[in-house]
Amino acid sequence: MKYLCLIYSDESQWPKQPTSDADTMMAEYGAFTEGIKKSGQYIGGNRLQPTATASTVRIRNGKLSTTDGPFAETKEQLGGYYLIEAKDLNAAIQVAAKIPGARAGSIEVRPIAEVPAAVGVA
Amino acid sequence: MEVLDAIYRAESRRVLATLVRLLGDFDLAEEALHDAFAAAVERWPRNGVPANPRAWLVSTGRFKAIDQLRRRATFDASLGALAQQLDEAAPPADDVSDDGVEDDRLRLIFTCCHPALAPDAQVALTLREVCGLTTEEIAHAFLTTAPTVAQRIVRAKGKIREARIPYEVPSRSDLSDRLDAVLRVVYLVFNEGYSASAGGELTRRDLSAEAIRLGRLIVELLPEPEAQGLLAMMLLHDSRRSARTGPDGELVLLDQQDRSLWNRAQIAEGLALVEQALMSRRLGPYALQAAIAALHAEARDAVATDWNQIVGLYDVLLRLEPSAVVELNRAAAIAMRDGPEAALHLIDAILDRGDLTDYQFAHSARAELLRRLGRSGEAIAAYGRAITLSAQEPERRFLEGRVSGLLA
Repeated sequence: MKYLCLIYSDESQWPKQPTSDADTMMAEYGAFTEGIKKSGQYIGGNRLQPTATASTVRIRNGKLSTTDGPFAETKEQLGGYYLIEAKDLNAAIQVAAKIPGARAGSIEVRPIAEVPAAVGVA
Repeated sequence: MEVLDAIYRAESRRVLATLVRLLGDFDLAEEALHDAFAAAVERWPRNGVPANPRAWLVSTGRFKAIDQLRRRATFDASLGALAQQLDEAAPPADDVSDDGVEDDRLRLIFTCCHPALAPDAQVALTLREVCGLTTEEIAHAFLTTAPTVAQRIVRAKGKIREARIPYEVPSRSDLSDRLDAVLRVVYLVFNEGYSASAGGELTRRDLSAEAIRLGRLIVELLPEPEAQGLLAMMLLHDSRRSARTGPDGELVLLDQQDRSLWNRAQIAEGLALVEQALMSRRLGPYALQAAIAALHAEARDAVATDWNQIVGLYDVLLRLEPSAVVELNRAAAIAMRDGPEAALHLIDAILDRGDLTDYQFAHSARAELLRRLGRSGEAIAAYGRAITLSAQEPERRFLEGRVSGLLA
């Protein structure tokens, strides 16, 4: 099973962070990424540009609407993600809980919708 | 057939728990359970009750489910593969041994109370799958409609399937957090039954009884101190049930209750559990609240209660889990130990902070203290505030009685 771990944090706090804290955080992310690469659970992950660069696209009544900003209007914004492999939700939550951002922000864990494979009856 | 009825009551939840594991799907397992009992109704009167009814029901249910999938495979090819897979994964013979079955019951409880499900869905699913209540019974107990409950259950089952919530007892490292979630569900069910949040009846016995039954099951399967603490607390509170309401359904406060009406058997069971929980030396909030309830249960009357120790237990509880409601309860104990003046200062301080301003019991407790201090005008105002916040008919009547007493 594949899960997407979405990392939410308050991005307005990022520029205020002392450089030493930011460096520690980067090092922690480096270590976490190495860890899940070793355990074979890493599929992908990226840091995202701030939400000022985000757009939300919707189709309503067959018409395309594009709006400025991220989907949810909360005080936390989507800042990055990991795409991981885990055997079930409990295992995915275990991985998500180790993401450094889980401590100050929140991580949304979403199962990836799998295209149903055509199952042939033997 | 009476035997069948008794077996259904004793075994249906166990058989379901095992079928969910074997079939990997709630709906399929429920259908299989019904098919198995339908087959029993037909065959047992003719062929006699099998030596191990539970094993018979599990294997019959499993076969019926595989059969059913094969038949539906005509329309959906993937079901054929699933049926094949289930058929090949034949269960080992010891699958329905007592230990194996008890593990399945724990798996069922932990899955229904999974924190990734919405809290009200956890409650509904637990009552449905673990306790075997019907959707209508759950709706009635929670003063909502059957379609609402049904929708919650369908969504929860969908999430279990789609997000792949595993059917397992959590690992040792997760156990305490996950057990907290389970106990929270049980506590919620008990509270709903014990002090119905709205409506005319003060207690809804069925839900409390169901919560106690669940509590017993959990203690039996997983004798953790907090599980014992919660069961003890429920038993000790429930033991006062007949004394909590007067002949006209009005509320009777703890210090006014006729203690000869308290259920001694429940108290004895509760006290023994509190002792076990306290001996573990791993004190949690439920064990502490049970210990407080135990001190009340042991006292001859309100005056003879060990208020000093109760205040001490509230202090520990507050350190563990700071909460304005616990502070309020501690203030009520202070009133008994040190008098109304000291307690009033504490409650005013809570309200001045802006906490509990819409909490009925903060105002009724304050009113009670003012009444005892002879400050009638302020007492009437505080009772009035409590009455507007009260959702329960017996409570409102009780408070209105207090006001008319002061006006007389």
